[in-house]
Amino acid sequence: MTPPSPVDEQVVDPHVSPSSRERSRFPRGLHSVVARLRLGMNRRSSLVVPPLALLSALIVGAVIVMLAGVGLGETLSAYRAMLDGSVGSVRAISETLTAATPLILAGLSVALAFRAGLFNIGGEGQMLIGGMFGVLIGFSLTGLPIFIHLPLAILAGCIGGALWGLIPGLLKARTGAHEVIVTIMLNFIALRLVDYGLKTSLFQREGRSDPISKNIEATAELPQLLGWLDSSLRVHLGLVVGLVAAGLIHWLLFRSTMGFEFRAVGANSTAARYAGMSISRAYILVMMLSGALAGLAGTGQVLGVLDRASPGFSAGIGFDGIAVALLGKSNPWGVVAAALLFGGLRAGGQEMQVSTGVGIDLIAVIQALIIIFVAAPAVIRALYRLKTTAEATRISRGWNS
Amino acid sequence: MELELRGITKRFPGVLANDDITLTVRSGTVLALIGENGAGKSTLMNILSGRYQADSGQILIDGEIRSFDGPGDSIAAGIGMVYQHFMLVPVFTVAENVVLGVEPTKPLGVLDKRVAREQVMDISERYGLVVDPDALIETLPVGIQQRVEILKVLRRGAKILVFDEPTAVLTPQEVTEFFGIVAELKARGSTIIFITHKLKEALAIADDITVLRGGKVVGTADPKVASVEELAAMMVGRDIATKVVKETVGGGEKVLVVENLTLTDDFERPLLKSVSFEVRAGEIVGIAGVQGNGQTELVEAITGVLPVSSGGVYINGENVTNDSPREHHSIGMAHVPEDRTHVGMVGSFSVRENLILDSYYSPPFSRRGRLNGASISDFATELVERFDVRPPLIDNLASALSGGNAQKMIVAREFSRDVPVVICAQPTRGIDVGSIEYIHEQIVRKRNDGKAILIVSTELDEIFSLADRILVMYNGAIIAERVTTETTPIEIGLLMAGRAAEAGAR
Repeated sequence: MTPPSPVDEQVVDPHVSPSSRERSRFPRGLHSVVARLRLGMNRRSSLVVPPLALLSALIVGAVIVMLAGVGLGETLSAYRAMLDGSVGSVRAISETLTAATPLILAGLSVALAFRAGLFNIGGEGQMLIGGMFGVLIGFSLTGLPIFIHLPLAILAGCIGGALWGLIPGLLKARTGAHEVIVTIMLNFIALRLVDYGLKTSLFQREGRSDPISKNIEATAELPQLLGWLDSSLRVHLGLVVGLVAAGLIHWLLFRSTMGFEFRAVGANSTAARYAGMSISRAYILVMMLSGALAGLAGTGQVLGVLDRASPGFSAGIGFDGIAVALLGKSNPWGVVAAALLFGGLRAGGQEMQVSTGVGIDLIAVIQALIIIFVAAPAVIRALYRLKTTAEATRISRGWNS
Repeated sequence: MELELRGITKRFPGVLANDDITLTVRSGTVLALIGENGAGKSTLMNILSGRYQADSGQILIDGEIRSFDGPGDSIAAGIGMVYQHFMLVPVFTVAENVVLGVEPTKPLGVLDKRVAREQVMDISERYGLVVDPDALIETLPVGIQQRVEILKVLRRGAKILVFDEPTAVLTPQEVTEFFGIVAELKARGSTIIFITHKLKEALAIADDITVLRGGKVVGTADPKVASVEELAAMMVGRDIATKVVKETVGGGEKVLVVENLTLTDDFERPLLKSVSFEVRAGEIVGIAGVQGNGQTELVEAITGVLPVSSGGVYINGENVTNDSPREHHSIGMAHVPEDRTHVGMVGSFSVRENLILDSYYSPPFSRRGRLNGASISDFATELVERFDVRPPLIDNLASALSGGNAQKMIVAREFSRDVPVVICAQPTRGIDVGSIEYIHEQIVRKRNDGKAILIVSTELDEIFSLADRILVMYNGAIIAERVTTETTPIEIGLLMAGRAAEAGAR
C-alpha cells in the first residue's frame, strides 16, 4: 500500500495564514510528534530525511564531544571505533543484531498502536510482564523438547504483554481514559511487580536473597544463530522472530480488514465510526497486539540474552521503541531499519567506550539528536537546502481544493 | 481606492494557475470574481495578499504600480483579506481578536485593553458594524464572527476588502445581513472584491462581474442584465442545467419510516422533539431548515450514529432503531454525511481505500479478514470513472481532491450499492456548479430507480429542485410539510424562520 502520490503532507489550505502554516511544520511538543507518527505514510521526499538526520546528528554529536575538550583526531577515532564496533567484524555485526532484536519488536509495538491513533508509552511495562510470563514458562516446565517448550514460552510472553496492554485498551475504550497516562502508570506498576515477583518463591532462585529469577531451561532458550561459528556470538533466533513479526504486522496493517480498520480509526476515528467500524473494538485489539509485541521483546531478552529475569531487565528498550517507531515512520520495515541503526549505535558505542576516551553517553545524545531532526524535518530541509518540489506540488493542489 | 491587475500570471509545476489576468475594480464598487474550484480565484487572491509573488504582471493601486513581497506589503497598501475560514482565537474577546497582531500596549508590552476596546468601538461605529467588544468569540454565531474578521481588516486600514466565499458558512438570514454590511462598506468608500461561486449572490450585490475559468478571465458581465444561466455557462464552459428535470414517479411503498423520534442532549435539553415522517419508494423528501435546527441530529439518529431517547426508525418494516451504523449499512441504508472532510472520508487514505471505507469487510473486497487488492482496485477504477472523480487516480490521497471531487467520491461510494434508502445531508455544500449538477443528476436517478431518498439541505434552491415533498425543521421539530409543487420558496423561507403563522396566512 504505497500511494505513489507526490503529495507530501496534508494538503495546505490556502486560507491558512502563512504564519500558522509555517508553525505547523515545526514541532510543538508531543502532539506534533504524534501527528507525524500517525501521518507516517510513505512519502518519497521524506525518505531522504532520516539519513540526513543521522548525518546531522553525528556532526552535532562530534561538535558536542569537542566542546567537552576532546580533540578532533580523537573524536574521529571514536567514530571510527563506533563503526568498527557496529559493522566492522562478524562479532560486531552479531552485537548490532542482538541489540536490534528487541528494538524491532518494541518499535513494532509502538508503530502498530500509532497507526490506530494510540500512543503506547507502556512498552517497558509490557516487556517486563511479558518477559516474566516467558521466564516462568521457561524455568518451570521441564523435560519438554525445544520445539514445544520454546514456542510455549514465547506464547506466554505474548500473552503477558497482551494482558498488560489490554488494561489501557479497555480503559480507553470503555471510559476514555487517556492511554498515555495509563500506560505510563502501568510501567511503574510493572517495574515494582517484577521486583516483588522476583523475591517470591515462585520466581526467586534457590539460595539467593537478591531479586533474581531461576535460570530458564535450555529447551526454552532462543538458539544462537551463529553459535556454530563461535559460541560467543550472541545473536539469537529472536531476530528471526522480530523479522517475521515485522512481515506479519505489515500484512496486518495493509492487507487485512483488521488493519484497514486500525488505520481508519487512527487517521479519522469519526469517519471510521460513521463507516460502521467499532472504535472501542479497534482500541482494545490494537492495545492487546501492541502489548503482545512488547511482551515478545521482553521475552526475547530473557530467553535469548539474559536466560533469567532481573529487576528492570527491560532496560529502557520499551522507550527506545518509541524513537525507533518515529524514525521508522511507523512503517514495519522502516521500524526494522531504524532498529538496526539504533542497534548498531548501541553496539558501536560499547566499542567506542572501551577503545577510546569517549563515553557511551554520546550514543544517547546522537539518538536524541536523530529523533529531534526527524521530528523537525523542516530543519533538515533548511540545512541541506532540499528544494521541496513536493511542496510546490502541494500548494498547487491545495489551491485546487 | 481603485485596484487594477495587469497581466497577472502565476505558474505552479504542471499548472498555469493564473494566465494573464487583467481586471479593474473601480473605487467604491463591488466586483464579484466568480469561477469554479480550481479556476484560479484563490491563487489570484494569494497574489493580492502578498502571499505568492506573480511570475509576471503588475498590481496597480490608484494607478501606481505596487509590488508585494509579503503579506505586510499588501496590508500596508490598504488591502484587507477576509478569509472563508476565520482566523479568530475562540477564547479571546472580540476586542482582543480585532487588535491581535497590532496590539495597543502599555509600557512593558502589556496589552492595553481599554484602548483596544475603544478602537474596536470606534471602527464598529464608523462602519455600522454592531458587535459587543467584550463578547467571547466562541459564544458568537458565525455571522457575527465574520463581522469581527471584517473589523480586523478595517482596523488595519484596509480600503480594498477581499472576501473569499464569505457566504459559504452563513445562514440565509446572515447572508442578508452580510449583504447589508457590504452595501454599508461600499457607501463608506470601500472597494470590494467578492469571490464566490454562488451566482445569485454575485448578481445580487456586485457592480461588475468577472468570470475566471482555467486560470483565465473568460468574460465579464453586467449584473443588471446577466442571468444565472449565462454566468453558469461562462463559468463551466458549457450549458448547465440549473434546474433538474424529473419525471414524476408514483409514490410507492413506505420504505423509511421515522416515528416519534426524540433525542435530548447531555443536559436533557431536547434536540429532536417527536419527529415523525416517512419516505416512500421513488420519492425524494427534502428537509429544509436553517442550520442548527436539529437536522444534523436527525440524520445521525436515523443512521444509527446517535442513540435516540425514544421513538423508532424502520426500513421496509424492519426496526433499526439504535442499531449500529454497520447494521444500518447492511440492512440497506446509504448515507452521504454532511461533513465531508471530517466524517465522510479519511483524508490520509487513498481514493481507493475511501471507496471501500464502509464495505471493506464484505466480499468481494475481503474474504476471511483478507483484503482483496485486485477486486478493490477494479471496483475503485470503475467507480472513479463512472462518477467522474477527477483526477481519476485511485492512489491519490483523498485530501488532495477538490471539494467537488471529494464529494463525488463519497457519493460514488454510497450510491454504488443497491440499497432501498439513501440519506444525503448537505450533498452539495460548498462545491462547484459542475459537481452540483452531476450529484443532483445522480440523486434523481436513484429516485427514478425507486429508492427512498431523504435529503437535508440549507439551500432552498436545492430543496426545490430535488424534493417531491418538503419538511421544514425548526427548533428540533418538523413544523410543516408541503408538496413541492404546491408551495413557494417564500413560504418555506418563512417557515424556516419559525414564522408558521405568517406563512400559513399566505
